[in-house]
Amino acid sequence: MSEPLLELRNLRKYFPLRDALGRRRGAVRAVDGVSLSVARGTVLAIVGESGCGKSTLGRLALRLIEPDVGSVLFEGEDLRALSPAALRARRRDMQLIFQDPFASLDPRMTVGAAIAEPLRLHRIIPRSGEAARVAELLERVGLRPEAARRWPHEFSGGQRQRIAIARALASNPRLVIGDEPVSALDVSVQAQVVNLLADLIRDLGLTFVLISHDLGVVRHIADRVAVMYLGSLVEEAPAEALFAAPRHPYTRALLAAVPGRGLRAPPLEGDVPSPIAPPPGCRFHTRCPHAEAICREQVPALTGEAHRAACHLQDRLPPAPPLREAEPGGERLRRLQSFFQPAGSDA
Amino acid sequence: MVLEIRDLAVTFRTDRGPLRAVDGVSFAVEAGRTLAIVGESGCGKSVTALAAMGLLPGNARLSGSIRLRGREMATLAQAEWRRRRGREIAMVFQEPMTSLNPAFTAGEQIAEVLRLHERLGERAAFDRAIALLDRVRIPDAARRARQYPHQLSGGMRQRVMIAMALACRPRLLIADEPTTALDVTVQAQILALLDELKRETGAAVVLITHDLGIVADHADDVVVMYAGRVAERAPAARLFARPEHPYTVGLLGAAPRIEGGPSRLASIEGTVPDLLRPPEGCRFAPRCPFRGADCIRQPPLAEVEPGHATACWRAPLDRVLAA
Repeated sequence: MSEPLLELRNLRKYFPLRDALGRRRGAVRAVDGVSLSVARGTVLAIVGESGCGKSTLGRLALRLIEPDVGSVLFEGEDLRALSPAALRARRRDMQLIFQDPFASLDPRMTVGAAIAEPLRLHRIIPRSGEAARVAELLERVGLRPEAARRWPHEFSGGQRQRIAIARALASNPRLVIGDEPVSALDVSVQAQVVNLLADLIRDLGLTFVLISHDLGVVRHIADRVAVMYLGSLVEEAPAEALFAAPRHPYTRALLAAVPGRGLRAPPLEGDVPSPIAPPPGCRFHTRCPHAEAICREQVPALTGEAHRAACHLQDRLPPAPPLREAEPGGERLRRLQSFFQPAGSDA
Repeated sequence: MVLEIRDLAVTFRTDRGPLRAVDGVSFAVEAGRTLAIVGESGCGKSVTALAAMGLLPGNARLSGSIRLRGREMATLAQAEWRRRRGREIAMVFQEPMTSLNPAFTAGEQIAEVLRLHERLGERAAFDRAIALLDRVRIPDAARRARQYPHQLSGGMRQRVMIAMALACRPRLLIADEPTTALDVTVQAQILALLDELKRETGAAVVLITHDLGIVADHADDVVVMYAGRVAERAPAARLFARPEHPYTVGLLGAAPRIEGGPSRLASIEGTVPDLLRPPEGCRFAPRCPFRGADCIRQPPLAEVEPGHATACWRAPLDRVLAA
């Protein structure tokens, strides 16, 4: 494999907690020793439940926040070693798409101005070429060029997310991080935006990091998947392998909990423990149906090459139940659905 | 029948004119069964639930019939609704934090319901509250009963809501997106708990959700709503095996599944209509790949097989495939 576009090395980020007098009282261990790399032109999904550290990891990767320990390499270059000016120049290569398109667009800026802003900021094209570039970007995300003159509030949630995507793409970034980019959207609109993202990733050769709690969405666009639990990676593998043969009991529990697959396994018990005082040993042992003495005592290392998992028992676990189930609607439903051609636009 | 709704219509007065959020909705739920109402934002599923609980806001006008165990409720006074809510009808909402009172402990809030409706004494009510918390599998229930909502996790707060809803053994439980705010592993726990309690108490359950996967796993019957109307109504197994409304077909294809790999999702073009200016005839027609000239007239909800009705001129959809 060629040199990764993005490489996270042993990242750690604790958020200190203070009492009313400002004294330190422990810390939220948001990200605790995560190493990951993202190959050029691929999609890595980071999945996990709330508080697992996936959003913090995304912000660390863009150096929007500073890690306590560890480094972020972008095209082999350590982002922490860059001067402020050099980092600003680098920013055009890295963009972020947020969950909430209502919050991420400035209501006082026309759509065209919002998309043009990064063009000016990074002096990407002369002013004279701006309008044409904005129109091209709007069309690229399935909106009409006239949208440039309108205001964010005139658009639906799905359209606003398209605008946010156009803005993120304006500077021709090499890396885009999407933090729950389709989670706020209704199913029918979500499908349009998922299809759009898949097209853009393919057509523009984007490297994409998808932060998501939705395994269905992840299955549709990710090449590799990293599963986090309480600030640590528990498993990382090619999407195909992770869904077909998950090794970590937590990954298996996540897959089993996805609704719509029949109620086969009893649900995982209990809540996620506090990231302020995570359990010793394997952090998942308090909820793991397989836990043994060693799991309570020793932190398991992430082992394996292309398919890595952090579980003491991974070689002894029973095989994961098979995923594939015949869809009840069968061939008839597939034929009917073929009439719902993915369209470019909801404009 | 525990709940029978007939031709329900709800119209809101708004600054921009009357908005008919629910238009001609009919369904029924038997004891011990779960009926799911599924649809996207603005389809009218939550307004239908609020109507069935007598909780519509003041600017809403209701017509049609809501029968609870044979008794007409649509014309009842607020005082009568209040008497029945909590006792005969109970509800669980999406966000337990906003439905629980932050100033009282979990145990006190459940005990309050018992004192009000069952006329239990203070001590007996609190003991029953602890038993109920234990019943909804809150570990260490006696200690948790003395804690405030902010000291509990999201999953535990939802369990408290369920304990409160079940306190007076209601005949009808309405759950409006009860797990939407929860993580997927906790969601599975809460839905399993609701199933178990339904089996045990024989209550009828109306489950409002946007998630077809939840419908597949937990519902006996389904109503699919679109833009205020019923698009399709069927036993759950039939809806998935043989959907007969184009919207249902599109929705099934648009929901990303973990089986089957990175295929393209079905895409329903466009967006839901503005209910202040709904399209004439079939409201789904502007987004429907099977639309024709006849769709300018509103299709009636008609049976395609026993218990399975759809509001589509093209049904049964096999004719589309044969064409």
